[in-house]
Amino acid sequence: MTNPDQRILHSLERDPSRFLDVWLGEQAASGTMRRDLISEAELRTQSQAFLSALIAALRSGVPFEGGSNHPAWSGVRAQLEDLSRQRAQRGFSFSEVATFVFSFKQPLFSALRESTDGGTELAEASWEANVLLDRLGLYTIEVYQRSRENIIERQRQEMLELSTPVVKVWDGVVALPLIGTLDSERTQIVMETLLQRIVETGSTIAIIDITGVPTVDTLVAQHLLRTVAAAQLMGADCIISGIRPQIAQTIVHLGIDLSGVTTKANLADAIQIAMERTGMRVERQAPGRTP
Amino acid sequence: MTATPDTLPIHSEDDVVRVRHAVRRAAVELGFSLVDQTKLVTAASELARNTLIHGGGGEARVERLDTPRRGLRLVFEDRGPGIPDVERAFQDGFTTGGGLGLGLGGSRRLVNDFSVESTPGVLTRVTATKWK
Amino acid sequence: MERIPILKLGDLLLVTIQVDMHDRLALTLQDDLTTAIVAHGARGVLIDISALDVVDSFIGRVLGNIASMSRLLSAETMIVGMQPAVAITLVELGVTWRHVRTALNVEQGMRRLRASLDGPRA
Repeated sequence: MTNPDQRILHSLERDPSRFLDVWLGEQAASGTMRRDLISEAELRTQSQAFLSALIAALRSGVPFEGGSNHPAWSGVRAQLEDLSRQRAQRGFSFSEVATFVFSFKQPLFSALRESTDGGTELAEASWEANVLLDRLGLYTIEVYQRSRENIIERQRQEMLELSTPVVKVWDGVVALPLIGTLDSERTQIVMETLLQRIVETGSTIAIIDITGVPTVDTLVAQHLLRTVAAAQLMGADCIISGIRPQIAQTIVHLGIDLSGVTTKANLADAIQIAMERTGMRVERQAPGRTP
Repeated sequence: MTATPDTLPIHSEDDVVRVRHAVRRAAVELGFSLVDQTKLVTAASELARNTLIHGGGGEARVERLDTPRRGLRLVFEDRGPGIPDVERAFQDGFTTGGGLGLGLGGSRRLVNDFSVESTPGVLTRVTATKWK
Repeated sequence: MERIPILKLGDLLLVTIQVDMHDRLALTLQDDLTTAIVAHGARGVLIDISALDVVDSFIGRVLGNIASMSRLLSAETMIVGMQPAVAITLVELGVTWRHVRTALNVEQGMRRLRASLDGPRA
């Protein structure tokens, strides 16, 4: 038993269940334990699984080198990945995630002190344990970071999609009220969503209302024109409504040609045109005839 | 860095269709949106046709990229007569093959990075890349 | 040789493209359709491209030409079912059609074609 890794293994194997209790106590006392986000039973299961995986990996005798891809460590990696992902989703902070691994140090050092004769042997084993746990800790944080980035990206996508509410106004007529600044990426999603909904609803007329769009520059205008052209290729006509006076001025000053597109000052006028084109008519009821 | 590319010969119209399929497969694997897949496949179709008609045949390489970002790179090479005036060939309406002349200029609009290197009579290489 | 079938429905011709279009096939369709318009005295042509996931500039041009040729032969062309991704790509590519009418699906296309062929009813 000269290999320091084997000393760590030896100290863990002596009494794994007592070790688990001490470690759980350490996690609970760390002050970063989120009892509101994870139950004691769940934490115990996770800790137990990690401890077993670690013992199995140490038994293989293969050292863990930064993010080691060696199959001997796949169990440990899988445990840490599940844990990081789960905690990232539940909203744990960096330090609350890292505590899981770093709180392992204190109990491990105590166990090493008990299982070695002290002196050089203890010093070597402690150093080795320190290095191993730091690497595992870093690995955990990396996975946590990646999971967080994935979550942010997904939320961003969802937000982009939510900001494109294509509503059915009437049989064969859909409307898309646009609110906020249109950048290139958002416009592309808007365009795709609108065209998709046109197909799904079999709508021959789509109204794009830009009342809530603060500015229209050349790029946005180009995207709008392309959307109109693409809809035409598919067999639907677009009406652009909600063109405010300043926007009308900008469009003319920029030399953007919207002559091929039906434009209306407000949404009501656009809906009326759409109804006429689909063969509908809105009429005021004769007085005295209420439904 | 980059996985081994698919290399496909372009010597017939059926080969052009095969290039489209290979590009579609790679674009789906890389997780491109349906619209981006369509743009990539369409660009591939334009460029493969160019290689066949103007280059007298050649080959296409489909490369999956990981760095600096995930993406798909299409490389078309032929040893045909080449393109003497590359800038002019980009203009819409420029054609020597009796088409609409949207081949090069049009494909450039469908991808993010686009380059043409041509040494007439030696090698013409068109590279089109779309980032995820 | 591979061919795309042309169905005759009264004075209309219906073409459903369900195969991968390569250039020769597109040109064969152009020949077959113009021949069929004259042979049957067709007044309308409906081309369903909903199964096509790629339309490049060549195929786009052939479809546009079919419409222009049909018009010379007194038939109207309606292209139906273009997928959104294909439409976006064609616009970016710069393809424009002059004599083509479009509809979302065969049913709408048929209705529009009939309406314009039968003229406005009193």
